[in-house]
Amino acid sequence: MDIHDFLTPPAETARRKGPYDRIVMSSRVRLARNLKGAAFPGWAKKPERIRVLELIRPAVESLPEMKDAFGETMDSLSTLDKQILVERHLISREHAAKSAGSGLVFNRDETLCFMINEEDHLRMQALRPGLQLRQAWTAIDQADSALEKKLEYAFNPELGYLTACPTNIGTGIRVSAMLHLPGLVLAEQINPIIQSVNKLGLAVRGLYGEGTEALGNVFQVSNQMTLGESESAIVERLEKVLAQIIEHEENARASLLEKKPKMVYNHIGRAYGILANAHSISSKETMNLLSLMRLGVDVGLFPGVDRALVDELFILTQPAHLQKQHSEKLSAEERDLLRADMVRERLKPVSRPIARPAPPPGAGLDKQ
Amino acid sequence: MLCCICKEKEATVHLTQIAGDKMQKVDLCEECAKTKGVNDPTGFSLADLLLGLGASQEIEQAGGGVELKCARCGFSQADFKKAGRLGCPECYKTFAEPLEGLLKTMHKGTRHVGKVPESLRQSRDLSDRLRLLQKRLAKAIQDEDFEEAAILRDEIKQTTARLSTPTPT
Repeated sequence: MDIHDFLTPPAETARRKGPYDRIVMSSRVRLARNLKGAAFPGWAKKPERIRVLELIRPAVESLPEMKDAFGETMDSLSTLDKQILVERHLISREHAAKSAGSGLVFNRDETLCFMINEEDHLRMQALRPGLQLRQAWTAIDQADSALEKKLEYAFNPELGYLTACPTNIGTGIRVSAMLHLPGLVLAEQINPIIQSVNKLGLAVRGLYGEGTEALGNVFQVSNQMTLGESESAIVERLEKVLAQIIEHEENARASLLEKKPKMVYNHIGRAYGILANAHSISSKETMNLLSLMRLGVDVGLFPGVDRALVDELFILTQPAHLQKQHSEKLSAEERDLLRADMVRERLKPVSRPIARPAPPPGAGLDKQ
Repeated sequence: MLCCICKEKEATVHLTQIAGDKMQKVDLCEECAKTKGVNDPTGFSLADLLLGLGASQEIEQAGGGVELKCARCGFSQADFKKAGRLGCPECYKTFAEPLEGLLKTMHKGTRHVGKVPESLRQSRDLSDRLRLLQKRLAKAIQDEDFEEAAILRDEIKQTTARLSTPTPT
C-alpha cells in the first residue's frame, strides 16, 4: 500500500483535539526495548538486524490494536517519504537514515508507532493530541505487555530493560510533550523557565542558543532519567511540571495583553502581513510567523478563524511536505517561492487581525 | 570559540544544562549541531551528547589500562568511545564496573524500580524476599535470637531452592 494513501491528511491531523491544546500540541510516551541475545542495531551486522526485524515485525503486527496498520521496511521507503514521516513526528531523524534491516509499523489514526532497529531493537510510542500523558502511557504499557509474551526482552533485575545507550536503561521510557510557548518567549521569561525545568532533571529541547528562541516557539519537555524511578512516577512528575508551564504561559499571555498590548498586536499584525503577502519565504521564517498567528487566533485577534488552519500550514509548509505536492524536484529557492504562494492562497479568506481582541468563548484569557 | 566536536569551525550553537548544582556546557558549530540532531526537537538530548563526549573517558580510566571486551559480541572500550552506545545487552555485564559511576551520575538511582516483564516478576519478588530474609537473619544472629535464626535459615533455603528452579514461561 502507498504510504500516502494511509497517512492522515494534514487537514484532519490539524483538527485533532485534546485537553489544553492551545498550549500542549501533543503528548508522547516512548519505550525502548531490546531482544535478549542479539547485538544492538548499531553494532549488529545486517543479517542479524534482518533476523531481529523479522522477529519483531510480525509480533507487532499481530497486536489487536495494530490490526489495520501500515508496516514497511525502511529500504522500501523513499528518502522523501521518510522525511515526511519525520515532519509528522512519527519517526526520528535517526530512523529516517536507516535502510535495510530496519522497519516501521504504525496504526491508522497514528496513535501508535513502532520503530524497529532504530537505536534499539524496538522503540514504540503512543501519541495523543493535547495533554494526555497518562492515556499515552496506558496505551503503550498495554502494547508492551502484550509484546513481552511474544518476544524475549533483554532485562536485568537490577538494571531493568537494557538499552543501547546507558541514558535509556531501566524503564526505557521517555515521556514528552510538545509545547507552544509564544507568550513566554515574547515576555522574555522562557530562559528562566527552561533553567528551572532543567533543574528538575527534565530536558527542554529545540534549536536554541543561549537567549534565543526555538523554531516556531515550540519546545519539547521530557524526562531524562530512566533508572531508579517508576514509569508512573515519571509521568506524574512531568504532569506536575507541565501544569506549571501551562499556567506560566497563560499568565504571560494575559499580562502581555494587559501591559504591552501594542507590542503583541504589532508582532501578530506583522506576521500576518508577511505571510499574507510574501512571494518567497523560508520554512524557518514561516514557522516563526505561523507561531505568532497561532497566538493571534488564541487571543481572539482573528475572529472566526480556526486554529486548525494555522496548524495545517505548520505541517504543509515543511520542506518534504511541500516537495510532495509537486512532481518535479524543487530547489530550496523554488520551495520558498511555492511555499509563499501556498500560504498567500490559504490566507486569502483570513481578514487582517482586528485592532482589539474579542475573546472567543473559553479562550481562558480572563483569570477566574 | 571553536566547536567542541570537530574543533575546526566556529561554534554558533551553545547549549547549557543545569542538573542539580552541576552546569554543563557544549558549544557546537552549525554542521556538528545538525549531525548530532541538535536542531531536531524530537531527537536531541544534551545528556546523550555529553555522554558521547565524556562517558568514554570514564570507561577508559576505569578499565585500568586493560582493554575490556564483551565476550558475547566483541564490543570493546574503543568502540564505546567512538559510538557512545554499547554493543549488546551482555555488555552491561562486561562493562558493569566502569558503567556504575556513569549510571549514578546520569540517573535517579542505580536500581530499576519500574515495570518488570510478567515472566520475571515472580523471580524478582523471590530475590527481593531473599534479600529481606538475609537481612533479618543477620539481625537475629546479632541479637543472639537463635530460635528466630533457625526459622529464617529454613525459609532462606526454601526461597533459594524456588529461585533456582526455573519457572515455566
